[in-house]
Amino acid sequence: MALFSKQNKEVFTNPLNLDHPILGQVLGICSALAVTSQLKPAIVMGLAVTVITAFANVIISIIRNTIPNRIRIVVQLVVVAALVTIVSQILKAFAYDVSVQLSVYVGLIITNCILMGRLEAFAMQNKPWPSFLDGVGNGLGYAMILVIVGAVREILGRGSLLGFQIIPDACYDFGYMNNGMMTMPAMALILVGCVIWVHRAYFYKEK
Amino acid sequence: MKLNTNSNAYIIIYSAILVVIVAFLLAFVYQALKPMQDANVALDVKKQILYSLNIRDLDGSEAEAKYAEVVKQEAEKDGQKYYLCEINGEDILVVSLKGMGLWGGISGFISIHGDDTPTVYGAYFNHESETAGLGAEIKDSQAWQEKFIGKKVFVDDSNTHEVALSVVKKVEDPTTQVDCVTGATLTSNGVDDMIKTCLKDAGKNAVELFSVMMCTPEPADSTAVEPKAEEE
Repeated sequence: MALFSKQNKEVFTNPLNLDHPILGQVLGICSALAVTSQLKPAIVMGLAVTVITAFANVIISIIRNTIPNRIRIVVQLVVVAALVTIVSQILKAFAYDVSVQLSVYVGLIITNCILMGRLEAFAMQNKPWPSFLDGVGNGLGYAMILVIVGAVREILGRGSLLGFQIIPDACYDFGYMNNGMMTMPAMALILVGCVIWVHRAYFYKEK
Repeated sequence: MKLNTNSNAYIIIYSAILVVIVAFLLAFVYQALKPMQDANVALDVKKQILYSLNIRDLDGSEAEAKYAEVVKQEAEKDGQKYYLCEINGEDILVVSLKGMGLWGGISGFISIHGDDTPTVYGAYFNHESETAGLGAEIKDSQAWQEKFIGKKVFVDDSNTHEVALSVVKKVEDPTTQVDCVTGATLTSNGVDDMIKTCLKDAGKNAVELFSVMMCTPEPADSTAVEPKAEEE
């Protein structure tokens, strides 16, 4: 029962490259488009999804043998929804500012395809610890893309990063202009497409 | 375990138990955290009022103390809240705003000073579910909120308390109009409507509630102005 056996390591690293939820399986695109117009919500959303995927995976994995096959999706949904609600309540009580920042996104987590995908594909068949690693791995893979897309969109769309101005005023004086297109969700789709292209071309190896 | 997990009885009992457990858990979490959440919300309202008075970046306890120092009187009329504040000896009226944005409710506070020509002292807006980076800018962008400062609130020579302050796409009259947020026309329109409806009776109500002058149609009546003059 090595905690970090070779198998478990693969469970954790696979979603970061080969089985990447966004790049490989193209899951969770919807929320990736919605929350990446700035870097900060992208980071918070990435963290929240990581935490919730990991714990939902663990819970489902623990009760996996008792779940009736015919209502398994319902059970998964109930667990995820309960978890998301509890997390948002805790945030409201202990980190009010963050909860205000997240507002809509917390609700969006329930409908995140990555969560349901991992529960159905992994946690239903595996023990709690590998499930936890799988959840963290997938969450981080998702967060990674959000951060990349969020950073590019914020720099090109607003000339800032995390709210701090990056592009100096001098550039604007020479006629540089922020690209308003970057603040639109459509550009996120194109950027995600570019990231997938780079990933497939240089990092992805067929099994 | 020889349970048939696919039998109808099992499924019904399983889901019933699951729902009861989850319901109990959620109710417990809600009850346990409620006092803390309420305190946070109350503090947040106070912070928002201070934001609208251009007092930003205060921590919890500092904000509490500052609020107690600045806000003199509170009153409510027609579901709207009014706060009479005093900063550097000057009377400032804070009015609560409530309206509809694009996806959900928007709210805010606007502070007004000046007796014969009321102008905006500061503004703060909040929203429930506007798009981050677009509509949400009404809350996130301090620069945008600061555009309101110094704008005249009411139409000159008006006996009807007509609100002149507005959010428009193309600013033609810089003394009363504020440029709307790029990419968030509908949210900006919501802010515009909210200001128009909420400030309509603000002047009249302020006179009633606090006996301060605020663009009353009749000229003269200098009782409210006098104390201010003394302090200066």
